Amino acid sequence: MGMTMTEHILARASGQARVQPGDLVVCRVDRAVLLDLNFGALFGEKRIRRLADPRRVAIVLDHSVPAPTVADAENHRRARAFAAEFGIRHFYDVGAHGICHQVIAEQGLALPGQLLACGDSHTCGAGAFNCAARGMGAEMLAIVCTGQTWFRVGPTVQYVLHGQLRERVAAKDVFLHIAGTYGEHANTNVEFTGPGLATLSVMQRHTIATMCAEISADFALFPADEMLEAYLAGRASEPYEPVHSDPDARFAEVRHIDLSALEPLVALPHTVVHNVRRLAELRDVTIHQAFIGSCANGKLEDLAAAARLIAGRRVAPGVRFIVTPGSQEIYKQALRAGYIETLVEAGAVVTNSTCGACPGLHMGVLGPGERCITSSTRNFQGRMGSPEAEIFLASSESVTAAAITGRLTDPRDL
Amino acid sequence: MRYRGRVWTFGDNINTDLMMPQVAFRLPLEEQVKYVFRANRPGWVEQVREGDILVAGRNFGTGSSRPAARLLRHLGITCVVAESLNGLFFRNCVNFALAPVQCPGVRSAFTEGDTAEVDLVAGTVTNLRTGACLQGEPLPELLRQIIAAGGLIPLLQQQGYLE
Repeated sequence: MGMTMTEHILARASGQARVQPGDLVVCRVDRAVLLDLNFGALFGEKRIRRLADPRRVAIVLDHSVPAPTVADAENHRRARAFAAEFGIRHFYDVGAHGICHQVIAEQGLALPGQLLACGDSHTCGAGAFNCAARGMGAEMLAIVCTGQTWFRVGPTVQYVLHGQLRERVAAKDVFLHIAGTYGEHANTNVEFTGPGLATLSVMQRHTIATMCAEISADFALFPADEMLEAYLAGRASEPYEPVHSDPDARFAEVRHIDLSALEPLVALPHTVVHNVRRLAELRDVTIHQAFIGSCANGKLEDLAAAARLIAGRRVAPGVRFIVTPGSQEIYKQALRAGYIETLVEAGAVVTNSTCGACPGLHMGVLGPGERCITSSTRNFQGRMGSPEAEIFLASSESVTAAAITGRLTDPRDL
Repeated sequence: MRYRGRVWTFGDNINTDLMMPQVAFRLPLEEQVKYVFRANRPGWVEQVREGDILVAGRNFGTGSSRPAARLLRHLGITCVVAESLNGLFFRNCVNFALAPVQCPGVRSAFTEGDTAEVDLVAGTVTNLRTGACLQGEPLPELLRQIIAAGGLIPLLQQQGYLE
């Protein structure tokens, strides 16, 4: 019996010929990524004596950047001291920063066939690079100290993609279709394959893989293909060896998705699980805020789509349209391409790159009774601020359409 | 490793932002715990006592890597039994010595206020009021050792990695 991509990586990292669902394996971790929040309670109070391998550790300041509070400033200070003490070369301080998952992508820190751990739940996004990546909590401490950690090997669901997305239908809609139709995937891995893959850019795949955290998938992997090789050329941090699912790999289920048949979708407050509607059905929902950003959708493609839609139009009166690039690098590219000027001239606020409004930390926090449409990652109750606010989750195209009309809008209607 | 305690019941898809909202991030632990389930279950924090057990539905703990399990343990919860647990939350439970057990059928087998007995080695969950005994997933020895050490941080201290 063959293995899935996830099983191949866990077998390789645990030094075994094969693993199967139900196994508990101890694996060597190829890359450990820490963020500013990790330097709060965990790394702040505990003095680490030694690291397994400082070359395999990266640090990205992302959740609250630049520091909006003294507590955040203290976390940043501790991160800088840690980087200096242990000689961490991959340290992304304010100015070279971005949301950690975007920085991981841009710097080629997540590579095909490798195992990556990071102290944020959306780490599974690096599955777009054929890398087994998952979010961790306190064991980031153990991983930087020992270089390894344990994994329970779960069953894998395979999604076979066919066709091509139509205009103004986005990668986010692919995920919303999965969450709305199939619900949560707790303790299960997700893998993507099929002829439709070739029509999705690496960053579109990254959006889908990142969002798989929202259905509780353990790992979310895409195969390595020519498009990925081209993306990694010149940015991979070291040589790598991709993995492929064997022809006789065992999947818990195989599900087919016709990309050509998808429409703009929206998740209603407060979960994406079995809570998704067609935007065309919801025309009378007014909004106070529209947000584009996060590790899932703060990409250059998102800013480009928003700028294209809003060019020659304006943000609706009474609506705050906030756009947060996923990294300083994206910010620079969007600046050069003119997207930021277009957005700001239309009435949007373009912020510095950070997690910011997505986890409700700063720059776009919601008040009681407010309604927001966002292309970020989560619409949990209270996620972006007040528990009495409502969060609708959709693509950046759909968020921009709502910013223009002041209400939930199918972007194809503009 | 066995736990016996009073049961609190929760539904499906209970997320980490409900357990630990972002307004608690920058506060000390003693202040953070006051925000647990404030949005969906105000007043609950005052009623919890040491040794209590949570019995929940599917996908409990979905969401963020934030140390929500640490807050539940600090409030006195010793064990979380659910139809299924989010994988990241499961890890955080082990790390903060909050015993996690996945046990299909458990949600409908308990009413709030019942007494549960949980055996981590056998993976069994018993309702001491009704006598119903369910077979859940045993917790592997490697993970039981982390819980027995009081969590990951005490373990790393024992092993000499942390001061």
